[in-house]
Order: sequence, then structure tokens, then C-alpha cells
Amino acid sequence: MDLFILMLAIPLVSGALLTVAGERAWAPNLNVLASLGTFLAAAGLTVEIVANGPRFAFGEQFFIDSLNVFFVALTAFVGLTTSIFSGPYMANEAAHGRLTKPRLRLYKSMYQFFMFTMLAALTTNNLGLLWVMMEAATLTTVLLVSLYRTPASLEAAWKYFILCGVGIAQALFGTILLYFAAERVLGHSGTALLWTHLVEVKGQLEPAIMVLAFIFLLVGYGTKVGLAPLHNWLPDAHAEGPTPVSAVLSGLLLNVALYAILRVKVLADGAIPDNFAGNLMMGFGLFTLLLAAFFLSRQKDVKRMFAYSSIEHMGLITFAFGMGGAVANFAGLLHMTMHSLTKSAIFFAVGHATQKTGTQIMADIRGLMKINPLIGWGLMLGTLAILGMPPFGVFASEFMILTHAMKHHAWATPILLLALGVAFAAIFGKVQPMVFGETEAKRLPHAPAITPVFVHLGLVLMLGLWIPPYLTRWFHEAARMLG
Amino acid sequence: MNAVIPLSAQLINLFASVILLLAFAMLAQRRVLKLIDLFALQGFTLFLSTLVVAVKTGQSHLYYSAALTLTLKAFLLPWILHRLVRRLHVKGEVEPLINIPTTMLIGIALVMISFNVALPISELSSSIARGTLGIALAVVMLAFLMMITRRKAVTQVVGFLSMENGLFLAATSATYGMPMVVELGIALDVLVGVIILGVFFFQIRDQFDSLDIHHMERLKDN
Repeated sequence: MDLFILMLAIPLVSGALLTVAGERAWAPNLNVLASLGTFLAAAGLTVEIVANGPRFAFGEQFFIDSLNVFFVALTAFVGLTTSIFSGPYMANEAAHGRLTKPRLRLYKSMYQFFMFTMLAALTTNNLGLLWVMMEAATLTTVLLVSLYRTPASLEAAWKYFILCGVGIAQALFGTILLYFAAERVLGHSGTALLWTHLVEVKGQLEPAIMVLAFIFLLVGYGTKVGLAPLHNWLPDAHAEGPTPVSAVLSGLLLNVALYAILRVKVLADGAIPDNFAGNLMMGFGLFTLLLAAFFLSRQKDVKRMFAYSSIEHMGLITFAFGMGGAVANFAGLLHMTMHSLTKSAIFFAVGHATQKTGTQIMADIRGLMKINPLIGWGLMLGTLAILGMPPFGVFASEFMILTHAMKHHAWATPILLLALGVAFAAIFGKVQPMVFGETEAKRLPHAPAITPVFVHLGLVLMLGLWIPPYLTRWFHEAARMLG
Repeated sequence: MNAVIPLSAQLINLFASVILLLAFAMLAQRRVLKLIDLFALQGFTLFLSTLVVAVKTGQSHLYYSAALTLTLKAFLLPWILHRLVRRLHVKGEVEPLINIPTTMLIGIALVMISFNVALPISELSSSIARGTLGIALAVVMLAFLMMITRRKAVTQVVGFLSMENGLFLAATSATYGMPMVVELGIALDVLVGVIILGVFFFQIRDQFDSLDIHHMERLKDN
């Protein structure tokens, strides 16, 4: 059985099954089982690609190489741990009466469909299908953001839909322009949107069209990445949706949108001289980083604060890829991995903490260490990791980005340091009293799933201290592909 | 410069202009049901222009694309929207945030900007309808303007769909349409999107007793 087809079929079929069957006793288990199956297929596929090199699937419509297989593995892994986390979390929400059975069903089926759209977006070779899948990813999550049906969550979902809809429309215009440029070289055939064909003729694409196409694509997909000034949907959607949704939005969806930009950047770099695409990304990245850092200190809601932290890190990663070159690309890829793992771990810990204390307002969350030492430590360590403390992996990638910036773009270093410093002060100052201090919270009806938090943090710690050689080779390979 | 412009190109330019005109009419329209009718008319004009390109170039997938536009944009989506408006008892008037003459003036400025942006690209196009790329961009921008300046959730959605029309016009005029699999995917996304929005309208109405989105301005950074 083809592992690639299996990987796409499992979430699709189980999503349909969960929709039809409804909320049964076995539904949470099926959700975890399906995610496990997807992860195993993705892991097998990764081994296959590392051993045999890139391959196609479904004719030339899908293409897996060392760049996207790395995202596939990461997506499937976080998808698995989030499904494990969401079992007890959603059961607690239902026990508190915040969710009804139909909504639990909606959550599980949409979760699987969401995984499908992201894996398909990552592996498709067709830039048009990439757009279709990105839009589908928005559609599957929009009803998840409004799952609680509170006025605030409806507002967040509406904002998410409209802003991302407008953004993605810009990306479609960019895709049309790209197709227009490609058609002049490749002729009018089905191949003119296939990335593998485009990359061979990237030097012949008309620069004037490519400039405009890249701007539209960057702004469009950038909206989904959370690049300022179109980031407004992100904090709302993260704060108002259920926590597992915040974890996958932050840990996965932002990555997939950024991946789309990276694929297009490779083409734009080939067509447009003077590192135009890179400079544009550096500008957007720095602006986003700075803006998010200063918004961090004004937050009162814990999930909102960590959503701004995601925007901040996405800005940093965009900046890194904007610099380009093997080292910066390597650092960018490493940082994406670290951010995904750490941020989803933080959201898991935050999810349990808010369930225990019954609030998302940071001033009302106190003494997590006393309520449950594991949650307390999970949040504390996760926060230290995301703030770039050694020996966690985020430190390694941030260090690489900083030193590379010092060497090649010295002007940007003060801005980077300022933003990272401000973010550190804001987040640490708020998390510290949440973890330590006095409290009188009660027990939860379902024991929380703490394991995913520590599995993620353990991985981040390990990658900070020692990156296995095959992983380094793989990262290098992917970084080289990005040019 | 006395080259004879072929009839098909003239027709396409005519239809594109009609689409642009309809985009302006939508900006000026105050009544929700009339707005949906205008959107349907825009979809129908888009179908006609796609059909002309299809006949002229003989590309079979453009016929499918035209048929898809006709069913989806001219009939199915307007029908769904009509039903929604009736069932939700949306009040007839839409209240723009900026008064309509000002909106129209901004719209004219947007059209000029779009034409200027698209000019260097249009000159590179070899297709029979290259002039329409600027018009398509203008339609996208006008739809965007409508989404910004209107308060009702339904109007925002019509703006969103009208934006899709502009993009479709760009795809057919500049490149003779995207590959079939992509167009099908886009059509599916739009359809699912509208259905989800329909569900969403009911949720919003149940929560706020209104589809006026100025109720939804509570999430702010403070």
C-alpha cells in the first residue's frame, strides 16, 4: 500500500466516519487512532523519501521532496499529540456543560478534515491546488473557532473568515498572475502550475509579472501566517476557539501558510533580480516581530498573549527566510520546528490551566504549581523554551538567526534584540506569578493529558542540545533547496 | 494603429465593462435583495464573457468553466443568498459606514490605480482580451471596498463573492482559465464557504438578534 495515499486517506475517511457516526463512546479513540495512523504513514513516508529521494504521486499532481516531507512529519506528529491532548480536554469541557454532543462531533470530524487539508496543501505540486487546500483549511477551522457559540467566539470566527477570505483572494490573484507568467514559457497546458516544472524555467519567467505575483501571494498567504498588518484575526481566533484548535492553528496552520510562501519565493528568486522577494520578506518579518513584541505586554488573556507570541515568532522566521542562504534557511526551518513543538506544548499546558482555574484572564490564574505541579512546570518550562532560554532548541535557532543577521544585515540586529528583549520581559513577567503563588482551585472530572506537553518539551530540549546527524542532513538538504 | 479589433475581443471588453459597471451598481445599491440580483447579473455576464473566450479559442475546458459559472454564480449562490435573507428576515436597507457618493469617488480612484498597476502586464499578454486584466483587478478592489464599507454580514458576503467574480474574470481574460482541476477546487471552496456562512448567519442571529456586524466589535487589544 502506498504510504502517501494512506496518509491522505486516513484523515479523510475517518473524518467522514466521525461525521456520519456522530458522538459515540469510541469517537475520541477513533480520533486518536486515526491521527496515530496518519503519523505512522507520514513517518514511513519520511523514511522512504530520505532513503530514495523525491517522488511524485497521482501523476505529477503531488510531489514529496526533502523540504515538504519535513513539514509533513512535523504536522502529523503535532496532529497526533494534539488529538491525545484533546481527548480529556474536550471531555472536561463537555462535563462543564460548555459543549454539547453535536459540537463534539463537529470538532472531531473537522479536526480530521483539517489534518487532511494541511497534509494535501503540503504535498501538492500544483500551486492552484495549494491555494484550494489553504482555503479549505480555513473553512474547516472557521466553525471550530466558533465552537462555543459565545458572542466573542462568533465575532472571532467571523473576523477569521472575512480577513483570511480577503487575504486568500489576494493569493488567488497572485496565483493567476503566476500562471500567466508561466504560461508564456510553458505553454497552455496542465503543467504550467506545477512547481517542479516552474522551478526548471524560473529564470525565464517575466520579472514584471513575477514582482506583482509575489507581492499578491506574500500578502495573501501572509495573512494566514499572521504577518502584520493583516494579523488581526489571529489573536481573536486563538483566544476564543477551544485550546486544541489554538494549538494546531499556531503550531501547524501558520507553518503551512509560510511553506506556501517559501515555495513561491524559490520561483520569485529565480525570476526577479536583487533579492527583491527576500527584502520584502525581511521588511514584513521585522515589522511583524516588532509590532507583536510591543502588543505582548498589553495582553490580559493568556491564550491571546501566546497568540501574539506566535505572530512574533512567525515574523522572526519570515525575516530569517528573507535573509536567505544556507545558514539562514537552516535556522528558519529549525525555528519553525521548535516553535511548532514548543507553542503547542504551551497551549496544552495553558488549556489544562484555564480549565482548572475556569478563566483565561492571567490576573486570575495563580499558583499553578500548587494545583498541579506538572502543569505548572510544563507551562514554566514551555515559556522559558519559547523565550529562547538555553539549553532549549529555540535558543539554538534564534542564536543562528541573530548571528547571521549581525554578519550580513547588521542594521537589523538592534531591532531584533529589542523585540526579543521586550517579548521576554512581557511574557516572563506574566507567566511567573501564574505558575507560583496561592490558589484554591478544584479537581477536574477527567485527568488531564500531560504527556504530550513533556514529549514536546523533551524533543525541544534534545534538539537544543543535540540534533541527530540524519536530521541535520535533512535540514541542510531542505535549506539548500530553498536557495 | 488602425488595426481592426476582432469582434470577439470587442465582445469580451464589452462584457468586462458591464461587470465593472455592475460592481459600481452594487456599491451604490441600498437594498439587500437588489444587491443579490445585481450579483447574479454579474455572474451571468461573467458566464457570457467566458463563453465568448471559449468559442473563440475552442478550448473545451472553458466550456465547462462557463457552465460552472452559470450554475454556481448566476443561479445557485444567488438562490441560497435569497433564501437566507428571507429566512433571516434581514431588513431591506443596508447602512453603509461611509455615504454612497463618497464610496463611489473612492471607487473611481481605485479603478484608476488598478488600471495603472495592470498596464505593464496587460501589454505582455497575448490573449485576445488582454485589456480586461485591469478591469478584473478593479472589480476585485471595488468588491473589497464594499466589504469594508458595509455593516451587514450578508453584504460582506456578497462583496466576497463579487471579489471571486473579479478573480475569475482575471483568470479567463489573462490566461484562458486555470487548469480544470484548480477551477473545480475553487468552485467547491466557494460553495462550501457559502454554506458554512449560511450556518454562521443563524449562529450570529441567535446570539446578537441581528446580522449587523457592528455588534461584533468587542474583541480588542486593551
